Amino acid sequence: MATKAFQKIYTKITQITKATCTLKATNVGYDELATVDGKLAQVVKIMGQDITLQVFGGTEGLRTNAEVVFLGKAPSLKVGDQLAGRFFNAFGDPIDGGPVPEGKEVEIGGPSVNPVRRMQPSELIATGIAGIDLNNTLVSGQKIPFFADPDQPYNQVMATVALRAEADKIILGGMGLTNDDYLYFKNVFSNAGVLDRIISFVNTTENPPVERLLIPDMALTAAEYFAVEKNEKVLVLLTDMTLYADALSIVSNRMDQIPSKDSMPGSLYSDLAKIYEKAVQFEAGGSITIIAVTTLSGGDITHAIPDNTGYITEGQLFLRRDSDVGKVIVDPFRSLSRLKQLVVGKKTREDHPQVMNAAVRLFSDAANAKTKLENGFDLSDYDERALKFAKEYSSQILAVDVNINTVEMLDKTWQIMARNFKVEELNIKQQFVDKYFPKN
Amino acid sequence: MSTKGTVKGIISNLVIVTVDGPVLQNEICYILTGGTSLMAEVIKVIGNDAYVQVFESTRGLKVGSEAEFTGHMLEVQLGPGLLSRNLDGLENDLDKMEGVFLRRGQYTSPLDETKKWSFQPIAKVGDTVEAAAWLGEVDENHQPHKIMVPFVFKGSYKVKNIVPAGDYTVNDTIAVLTAEDGHEEIVTMVQRWPVKKAVTAYREKPRPFRLLETGVRIIDIANPIVEGGTGFIPGPFGTGKTVLQHAISKQAEADIVIMAACGERANEVVEIFTEFPELVDPHTGRKLMERTIIVANTSNMPVAAREASVYTAMTIAEYYRSMGLKVLLMADSTSRWAQALREMSNRLEELPGQDAFPMDLSAIISAFYGRAGYVYLNNGTTGSITFIGTVSPAGGNLKEPVTEGTKKAARCFYALEQARADRKRYPAVNPIDSYSKYIEYPEFEQYISKLIAPDWIPMVNEMKTLMQRGKEVQEQINILGDDGVPLDYHLTFWKSEIVDFVILQQDAFDKIDAVCPIERQEYMMRKVMGLVRTDFHFDSFPEVMDYFKRMINALRQMNYSEFQSGDFKKYENEVDAIVAERKTVK
Repeated sequence: MATKAFQKIYTKITQITKATCTLKATNVGYDELATVDGKLAQVVKIMGQDITLQVFGGTEGLRTNAEVVFLGKAPSLKVGDQLAGRFFNAFGDPIDGGPVPEGKEVEIGGPSVNPVRRMQPSELIATGIAGIDLNNTLVSGQKIPFFADPDQPYNQVMATVALRAEADKIILGGMGLTNDDYLYFKNVFSNAGVLDRIISFVNTTENPPVERLLIPDMALTAAEYFAVEKNEKVLVLLTDMTLYADALSIVSNRMDQIPSKDSMPGSLYSDLAKIYEKAVQFEAGGSITIIAVTTLSGGDITHAIPDNTGYITEGQLFLRRDSDVGKVIVDPFRSLSRLKQLVVGKKTREDHPQVMNAAVRLFSDAANAKTKLENGFDLSDYDERALKFAKEYSSQILAVDVNINTVEMLDKTWQIMARNFKVEELNIKQQFVDKYFPKN
Repeated sequence: MSTKGTVKGIISNLVIVTVDGPVLQNEICYILTGGTSLMAEVIKVIGNDAYVQVFESTRGLKVGSEAEFTGHMLEVQLGPGLLSRNLDGLENDLDKMEGVFLRRGQYTSPLDETKKWSFQPIAKVGDTVEAAAWLGEVDENHQPHKIMVPFVFKGSYKVKNIVPAGDYTVNDTIAVLTAEDGHEEIVTMVQRWPVKKAVTAYREKPRPFRLLETGVRIIDIANPIVEGGTGFIPGPFGTGKTVLQHAISKQAEADIVIMAACGERANEVVEIFTEFPELVDPHTGRKLMERTIIVANTSNMPVAAREASVYTAMTIAEYYRSMGLKVLLMADSTSRWAQALREMSNRLEELPGQDAFPMDLSAIISAFYGRAGYVYLNNGTTGSITFIGTVSPAGGNLKEPVTEGTKKAARCFYALEQARADRKRYPAVNPIDSYSKYIEYPEFEQYISKLIAPDWIPMVNEMKTLMQRGKEVQEQINILGDDGVPLDYHLTFWKSEIVDFVILQQDAFDKIDAVCPIERQEYMMRKVMGLVRTDFHFDSFPEVMDYFKRMINALRQMNYSEFQSGDFKKYENEVDAIVAERKTVK
């Protein structure tokens, strides 16, 4: 961002804190961008002539006679078809060595969709992962996070979902990604030969944390361009939203705001909602679907970040390593997709809701049997069969490395149920049993 | 001349304006920027500086921008045509807004100014009237919409003239009133009222006592809410708050239903937009949307307008109550409203209370709940606002300030419980912790004795005692083991399970079971309590579970069948046959 000739340069900073600096200036707009000795900053407070700037890169080494130039605009992104296949930093500057893309300049963090102009989401997003498609079906226009512990392979599962989902564009918003994970995403997308459908905005652990506050808005501004102007189905991946929230708390702390629960800012709910609510199904066919990652600390979902997220998103997905089969599965008990009712049995086969519920119920019987076993009680014949069912169901259906379509998922589940249970133990409507229960 | 000001400071949506004249606390002003005007409300004044909260994004706003003060607080327009509207928190008609995105500075009227309403006068020339007196009536979606003397009028007036029956628009003059001091006032079908003030143009607010039927058994039977009553539903995410609230709003026996979607998911509001125009009101057979008003301020809409949205909804409710109608107001969720208060209090650098909420949170909540109620209007008829709010407690912890503040104000408590939701026992209302204070009112007891039967309340209490006992017994069984307790314990536990499965649990997604009218509730209640009071004989505990599971299954089939239909009777006979197997003959 080169300094233009007519721009006024200020050189007297009156106050410096860890994240902000203050100077006297006039005719400055709220939210406006500025550069401080070339470092990007944004106006966060105006009091008369005193302008407080939040310096994204931090204020280490900042001098009181630094050159400050106001750019006359809020953070923005040049949107256009040239974004496809490119990697950018939090400011929307290319980091892949390519040219700066041409396009229409749009301010990020734009207005929300009028609720009466939204359509009810109704299109299924197939991922090939049964723990999702069968038990927690995703719908376009939905927003759903993975609640995962840091040691779980959430980024891998998310990359898999992204590649299998039939989205026109996949936009990755990486916040505090390790360099290794960044390269992982880059490799997976390149190897799959889908780079032209991918756009990435990445802030790695090597970049200043406050910068990552711009990532979701950058990603979603690009998403809105493709969903609104091109009527495309856009899938946005945001990882890791916990690090985003941590950055929020750093800023609010340095602005002397009073923290609420878990030292998070009082506005955490609104801040997160502004991002997640960009998920939408438009009337004209375009849609934005958000799959995010919220890392948990020791599985604690009552912490302010997952808790507020849960109230905003339409369900959540939990990963779990099933030690009985040695595979990672999508936990059928704790995971939930609130929008699945809109598609299961409607866009999928009629027996889907009943098969889904029956299998999860039987899986939970197996969990009870396992508890019995661990407590040293004898197992009944039913318990034994439930345990056998659970192993087959877990390894052949739920494991995240299985890739089959919903019809196969349903047929296979019927087969596994039939192998282990009598019809009357399934509690499924007779008409479906007649039609789908394996005859032999 | 109205007061003007210039912007001096900006911190997010808190703007400091230096003014050149008097301002009101809570006065509305418009700040001009980039060709649009942004609506804002005064929330603090120091010297010549007015601190205003802007209802829109302040991006790009500059020091020196001009502000115009309106001289009044945040007001809503009240008149015929509000029903079926989708409004935002400031009462703008969302359907009238242009474009897919909400542009800031766009304000649209909630009323249709060209539509002609068929007016029937009620008052006559020479009548003495006062605020909220009925001058005439128009038909709004089959509701007798009263055209009233504006609530802001003080003292008494004489009707100088009133237009004859005919078709008029909302802005046409329909009456001229003469005040005691001789000055004249023109009345149209529209009036304005500041939302933060309660409408008190009624004679008396007695204790409410008439049952408001919701068709949800765990509410109507165990924790009844009354016309003009207040209740709240706290629950962690995923416990079915919204499903329960939607069920109540679809089924409740109210004339008008107002849904305030306050800081919640936009897709949930879309669900209402999509479903309500199709669904039928079980009491009148007309489309649900006809009696519904939606006030939507979803979580991504401006925070300050979120605070206003619940007041807007309450004021509209008070307007319809003054017509002698039964209004049900639902707010989802009051926690988001409290969070909006917290964000502002924080920017004002007020000393925080618990969890950084403002110190007066509890008082604000109480004052708001206090606006609901059953009233005798000045003309002797009655009207009511029943208010049910949901609370989203942080981390599912009911000891947080919003839940505690609400508990002091609301008379019914429907505690949604994670453990019950995990076991798929819906509605996941905890049968032991939840309560309705109304059940203790002698007025209510008298009313319900007449409506249902004199033995009703004793029977409900007997059921509650059984649930409590069932829970205690279950805990003992868990500690001592199935064979470590007397056989009787198993019987008590399974009897409480019958009540749980057949009365308390209800399938909101089943066509028949979703709505349970009061006659049917009484029938099932008597059936179940009859079973509970029966003595059964068993030799060992494993028999007990199988036996009662069969009985529960047959009883649930009754719940899924049309009341008194062939199927219903078939399953009832099945239940009776099961009972006969083990009934102790004395």
